[in-house]
Amino acid sequence: MPKITVTVNGTQHTHEVEGRLLLVHYLRDVLGLTGTHVGCDTSSCGACTIHLNGNAVKSCSMLAAQADGATITTIEGLASGDELHPLQVGFKEEHGLQCGFCTPGMIMCAADLLNRNPNPTEQEIREGLEGNICRCTGYHNIVRAVQHAAGQLEAAS
Amino acid sequence: MIPQAVDYKRAGSVSEAISLLAENPDAKILAGGHSLIPAMKLRLNSPSLLIDIARIPELRYIEVRDGGVAIGAASTHHDIISNAEIQSRYGVMIEAGELIGDTQVRNVGTLGGSIAHADPSADWPAALIALNASIKVEGPNGAREIPATEFFLGFFYTALEEGEIVTEVVLPAPAAGSRSVYRKFMQPASRFAIVGCAASVTIDGGTITDATISLTGVSADGAFLDEAVGAALIGKSASLETIEAAANAAAEGVELNEDHYASKAYRKHLAKVYTKRALAGACGL
Repeated sequence: MPKITVTVNGTQHTHEVEGRLLLVHYLRDVLGLTGTHVGCDTSSCGACTIHLNGNAVKSCSMLAAQADGATITTIEGLASGDELHPLQVGFKEEHGLQCGFCTPGMIMCAADLLNRNPNPTEQEIREGLEGNICRCTGYHNIVRAVQHAAGQLEAAS
Repeated sequence: MIPQAVDYKRAGSVSEAISLLAENPDAKILAGGHSLIPAMKLRLNSPSLLIDIARIPELRYIEVRDGGVAIGAASTHHDIISNAEIQSRYGVMIEAGELIGDTQVRNVGTLGGSIAHADPSADWPAALIALNASIKVEGPNGAREIPATEFFLGFFYTALEEGEIVTEVVLPAPAAGSRSVYRKFMQPASRFAIVGCAASVTIDGGTITDATISLTGVSADGAFLDEAVGAALIGKSASLETIEAAANAAAEGVELNEDHYASKAYRKHLAKVYTKRALAGACGL
């Protein structure tokens, strides 16, 4: 079995894993980080989005073995202690969630978007989140949440 | 969904990957895995071994060569669309690449993986055919270079021989006065092309001197060069009348694809509409 070492939310882990183990199952079932969700399980919905070496990826469509050596951030690693990440604040303030199932993936994808483009237009936000599906159809408020976060991040910089 | 049990090995070099593949005929090459892993989860593919080539440094680069650009097979879609040299030379690569999947997919999926997989609705095959690109492959009997027009042979079927892997895609230098574009009618969830048209058109003094048009998603056999459209353009003035007549010639005599997204008749209609849009873009009309 492949042996992997990954740094997840700042903590290094080493495990022997089955070759077929999906990264999302490694995060949820081995590390107990259940904030990353399995939605469609076919790489369409984006609920499983995490950051792999700083880039948003769908962890249901990758093997844990492929992540060997990587630095991973999940939704659990986004806040600094009790201080929410500006995107988490934005989703709270702008009511960017209803049932909340898609939210971790939305936030991780939006974080990648803001890393690349700190001041996106509404259209750029919608395009940036095209790989994430919300079944409560709360897209308008999700866009506002990302705009809220972009404003906060800009004010802080 | 859980794939069937599989061994996993990471190759450190192209030669190591070829050796591993030769020793394990039931193995599959893994790059981004964004087609292979979903297929394995559905048990459509159950290899005994995955040979991961994604981190082989000699496979991930984009470099200018002889006025064209060479792209290592393990370059991701994002690597390609964010590359300034490709942005400045090949509009069709940027427009096609930006419409592949979504951010997350483009961060992981690779050019080599996409073309080796040869999904009949994939975007890259159409772009590579329109650009007269060639594809370098390497196997136990050495390396060879295959024109894109001879690489895509059918439904998930390419000119790759047993034991060969894609190593590089070579985009030739664009001709002076040429412009290339991609237009796609996409399936809204998967974002695969129901119809995609890649067009590269060269105009000299208002006259079309060269035109290469390819369609993906249209034929049951995958992306193909639509020679009738090109023939209807060359030597004509770059006008709306010309492109309308040429677009009407699109997708004739083709074994059309059909699924629950689009019937044969609708696909044929869309092929003509999207060919016209692509030609309008390529001719600046």
